[in-house]
Amino acid sequence: MNFLSELREGLFIAWDSLRANKLRSALTTLGIVIGIVTVTLMGTALAGLNAAFIKSISAIGTDVFFVAPWQWFSDEPWWKMRNRRPILLADARALVRQTTFARATSIDVNRRMTVRYRDLSATGVNVNGTTEGGAEVGGLVLKEGRFLSAAEVDGGRPVCVIGSELAANFFPFESPLGRKVRIEGSNLEVIGVLEKRGKFLGMESLDNQVLIPVTKLVSDLIAARPPVLVRIKLRDLKEMDEAREEIRGIMRKLRCLAPGDPDDFAINEQGAFLQTFERMNTVLASAGLFITGLSLFVGGIGIMNIMFVTVAERTREIGIRKAIGAKRRAILTQFLIEAALICLLGGLIGLAIAYPITLVMDRFMPAVLSASLVGIALLVSVTTGVIAGFLPAWRASKLNPVDALRAE
Amino acid sequence: MPLIRLQDIWRSYQMAAETVHALRGVSLSIERGEYVAIMGPSGSGKSTMMNLLGCLDTPTSGTYELNGTDVSGMDDNELAEIRNREIGFVFQTFNLLARATALRNVELPMVYAGVSPDERREKAMAALTSVGLADRVDHRPNELSGGQKQRVAVARALVNTPSILLADEPTGNLDSKTGVEILALFDQLASKGNTIIVVTHEEKVALHARRIVRILDGNIASDQPVVRP
Repeated sequence: MNFLSELREGLFIAWDSLRANKLRSALTTLGIVIGIVTVTLMGTALAGLNAAFIKSISAIGTDVFFVAPWQWFSDEPWWKMRNRRPILLADARALVRQTTFARATSIDVNRRMTVRYRDLSATGVNVNGTTEGGAEVGGLVLKEGRFLSAAEVDGGRPVCVIGSELAANFFPFESPLGRKVRIEGSNLEVIGVLEKRGKFLGMESLDNQVLIPVTKLVSDLIAARPPVLVRIKLRDLKEMDEAREEIRGIMRKLRCLAPGDPDDFAINEQGAFLQTFERMNTVLASAGLFITGLSLFVGGIGIMNIMFVTVAERTREIGIRKAIGAKRRAILTQFLIEAALICLLGGLIGLAIAYPITLVMDRFMPAVLSASLVGIALLVSVTTGVIAGFLPAWRASKLNPVDALRAE
Repeated sequence: MPLIRLQDIWRSYQMAAETVHALRGVSLSIERGEYVAIMGPSGSGKSTMMNLLGCLDTPTSGTYELNGTDVSGMDDNELAEIRNREIGFVFQTFNLLARATALRNVELPMVYAGVSPDERREKAMAALTSVGLADRVDHRPNELSGGQKQRVAVARALVNTPSILLADEPTGNLDSKTGVEILALFDQLASKGNTIIVVTHEEKVALHARRIVRILDGNIASDQPVVRP
């Protein structure tokens, strides 16, 4: 009851004194405004990065094994793995045939090549030699036509599925189905067009690719026998460990490894990618937190400074209030509220500035100013105020009324 | 039982190497309803006396009973509560809050007593009316004359119905005409039964009281009733 009336009085006084010192309050608030703008933008950027990553990764799924000579994100030095034998098409086929836990598999070779249609050409297109399982393993969705069939893959038929960007560039006014594109002298009939996928982590467009039977790519388009990548999508995530053991056993046999020899291949999974990303994210987040923390700290020092000035200026007022019966708590509350209010205003202004910036950011990366981030920003600003205001308020509350009344 | 009972009050200050005794064993009793002037030249200890009586300060030794409670050993917060409840201050320099209206200034003691806003407003209005400032409630101190400011201060001092009205040179910053008006207000309050203590060095002011306590060198030099012709 008593405390409530002190609180209300504190709010009233704080508002009154902010209005009385407009310029000073505005300048003090600036520190917090900058701090909150940084916090919000940093938070938005991190959340956006995260969302982009999750979106990209979820298309492929966490239940896919990537069998390749090299381990992703390994701590082992690269030169130890450098001389591992590549996995060739024959081994890959044997692996795919023998594994029992797979829902779908694919054997992939990727090359950057030039793709032509009539007098149009696209350079640096990712040509993905794959098998009939590639659509399911890679989470591909077709907009038109169909994906490669088992027969086409086995026979190395001259057919292809093209990405949406390529389709839009080559066939702006007609359906690509049935048309023939040319790669390295082979004419390939378009049998399907992929749904638009967007960029992966903002780096490489997945829409600028051509999928052809891996057999066609290996036999006709590339001279040497290229190393391949095997992707195995599991039937059930619960069987992950058994599946891994099985694949490992098959691979060791195929590569004629004696018992005791270390694996000269690796079974990679999306999880490792996620882990690495999370680690990176943590580093980014803590670096961001440090920088924003620093700017808030500077803002907080500004608040503390100005609160000391305010207390010194109003020593007589404090004396009057104490003489009239204000307890320590009432004085403490009054100045804490004043500091918190300055910071809360700073937080609100900061958000008002950060919001349009996030809208601009959204054009380059997914950036959304979430409600929880707004809440955190306001909470942080009020907390900064209370912490920075505490020492000055404490000093004010401990003033001796006799001395305070004598102050000029 | 007296309202105020001081027994062998000492108040000492440590100044660099030496100890200064502002009060040296003062004993004094004041009954409810008395109108007392405390007089003395500067440096006599009367300001210290006034701070102790107003519970703004505590004695180095001795006991001070106010309204039956021993306040000499109380801490800051307890003293604040006693001041809020028992003592109304009127200062030489008015000590009003500059940015607050007369009404809010008068409401202030009730804010710290936890009185509800409606009741606060009502009582503050009544107090300002009783000192003749009903038409000035929304004025800020800089829009009021010295006499009006001191009336606001008196209203603020009385609004919580304290046991003592403690005035420190209440006419020191007023011209003689308004000074007389304020003293007339004090006379009127005293006749209604309020206990008033005025600390002053002006004989004219002290003569309005019914008892004069003179302090010299930290001790009571004389304590006499005022004889009115």
